[in-house]
Amino acid sequence: MIAALTLLLVFQLVGEVIARALALPIPGPVIGMALLFLALLVRGGPGEDLRQTSGQLLQHLSLLFVPAGTGIVIYGDRIAAEWLPLVVALFLSTFLALAVTALVLQALTHKRPKPTTEAGK
Amino acid sequence: MNPNLEEIWVYLSTSPLLGLTLTLLAYQAAFWIYKRVGFHPIANPVLISVAILASLLLATGTPYQRYFDGAQFVHFLLGPATVALAIPLHAQWPRLKSMAGPLLIALVAGSLTAALSAWGIGALLGGSRESLMSLAPKSVTTPIAMGVAERIGGLPSLTAVLVISAGIIGAVAGRSVLNRLHIGDHAVRGFAIGIASHGIGTARAFQVSEQAGAFAALAMGLNGLITAVSLPWIMPWVERLFAS
Repeated sequence: MIAALTLLLVFQLVGEVIARALALPIPGPVIGMALLFLALLVRGGPGEDLRQTSGQLLQHLSLLFVPAGTGIVIYGDRIAAEWLPLVVALFLSTFLALAVTALVLQALTHKRPKPTTEAGK
Repeated sequence: MNPNLEEIWVYLSTSPLLGLTLTLLAYQAAFWIYKRVGFHPIANPVLISVAILASLLLATGTPYQRYFDGAQFVHFLLGPATVALAIPLHAQWPRLKSMAGPLLIALVAGSLTAALSAWGIGALLGGSRESLMSLAPKSVTTPIAMGVAERIGGLPSLTAVLVISAGIIGAVAGRSVLNRLHIGDHAVRGFAIGIASHGIGTARAFQVSEQAGAFAALAMGLNGLITAVSLPWIMPWVERLFAS
């Protein structure tokens, strides 16, 4: 577990250094994820230790958002002042993004079988 | 107060131990509830944990910063957890590769919808410019959204709260929206929730299936990428277009 955690931190560190060195707008951990993914493609897959540790970390991914989410206590006033546009935009826009993405992807990947008369074209 | 109790309280309120322990206790309680209701999305563990902790902070008058001094140890793990998303991505790679074209088209459609509809709906309802620019990047992961908001004239701190809210909304209501549209494929469901609700949506998707989780992780990463690159030049253009 410690070896796997070390490996994850090393990839994050390299990602952070690249993001800063090249002044990229992408966060270091996202670059670290891309690099680890490439390493896994080259190596053919993760070892047992890395698979287990990452599985445990991702199973409780929700927990990791709790400290930042609790920050809502600071912005209570601002949200109270503009709650209507903020709340309606958040709900509707999230539903729209879900629906558009799902419908486009569904339409492109689950094509209905074409009639046989069109098969030759 | 008894001098001993006072001493204990002074110790607890200045040590990171209390904030950290409370975060884990609140999450344990939230997860217990989540499990009790059969992982129904309405009992989202982030939502319940935040509600418990925010109530505690407000009731005791504890400043957020003091709480965060302890909770930051949990917050820090977001970095290695993001890197760890490479493992499920790799496991789903054959399926991802076979869907590359459709995924890219859905990514562009979903990403533009997420940003422009948030801006447009907020504008129609009279939101201030700062709020609108904080809303636009609300569907991408927190660090990217804060950076984008700063560049386009939003408030990064407000953006962080909006991002977490969009995440919780997608994680809670995503299932019923997607069921209503008759989307059954876990790959499609995961990808949509990753686009709309970044890491919190991804966390929920992993609780449903590894396939949904991997597609959500991919969508979250790609959406962050194209939003970071495209919004800073799209938003000024959109504003000019609707200025008159």
